[in-house]
Amino acid sequence: MNPDTFELFRYFIIFIALLFIAGVYCVLISFNLIRALIGLEILIKAVTLLIILAGYISGRAALAQAIVLTLIVIEIVIMVVAGGVVLWAFKYNKTIDPRRLSNLRG
Amino acid sequence: MTVRLLRSVVGLALTSAILAVIMYRLNSPLAAVFELSVCSGLISVIFITTVSFTQRISKERLIIRRKERLLRFLYLPFIIIIAGLLLLRYLKIPQFDLPQPAQVTDARVVLWSLRHLDLLGQAIIIIAGVFGVVVFFKEPNK
Repeated sequence: MNPDTFELFRYFIIFIALLFIAGVYCVLISFNLIRALIGLEILIKAVTLLIILAGYISGRAALAQAIVLTLIVIEIVIMVVAGGVVLWAFKYNKTIDPRRLSNLRG
Repeated sequence: MTVRLLRSVVGLALTSAILAVIMYRLNSPLAAVFELSVCSGLISVIFITTVSFTQRISKERLIIRRKERLLRFLYLPFIIIIAGLLLLRYLKIPQFDLPQPAQVTDARVVLWSLRHLDLLGQAIIIIAGVFGVVVFFKEPNK
């Protein structure tokens, strides 16, 4: 790996790590289910960028793109189902604050 | 509350758009187009629909919640800055040998010829998602 590519790799890794930290913080701290989902989206975006970067560095961008397409499909399904969960929670509890979802007790 | 949630959704869409530009610059145009159209477009629509089905909270609770939220998210910029500085200072990635570049350079060929099992997985996941949504929105029998 030439030094320029290596530096690019290093800076991207740091950026991805920071994106990941922001996503985890958002998921952990939010008391709103929609904001928690947005945090999850940020996490997925960090992973997407990591896969694309790995493809670029290793010269296998085509494989990385194929994997990212699968990831995007999974992401969409997760978001649609999670949106359904949020609406279901709102319908039965009139709130999307996870601290108030009292009927989730077993 | 709803307006702030919508702002968050627009911010997420902008993040997706920026990510699509980065992907394009990293030799991944197909993934960039998918990211821009699906993640920046469709997911924003899903979020906006979800937000529009929820209710705005009362003004008194909004003021209390805003203070709470600001206090909770106050630490995030500091954590990001400190983590960034620490990573810049201490992150050492060892040099490693890269594999030979792939023979196939077209993502469509890879997806349809080499990783066709992924397509089966995608179809199963989409069907599972459809069933999940149907179950959530099904009216209970009276």
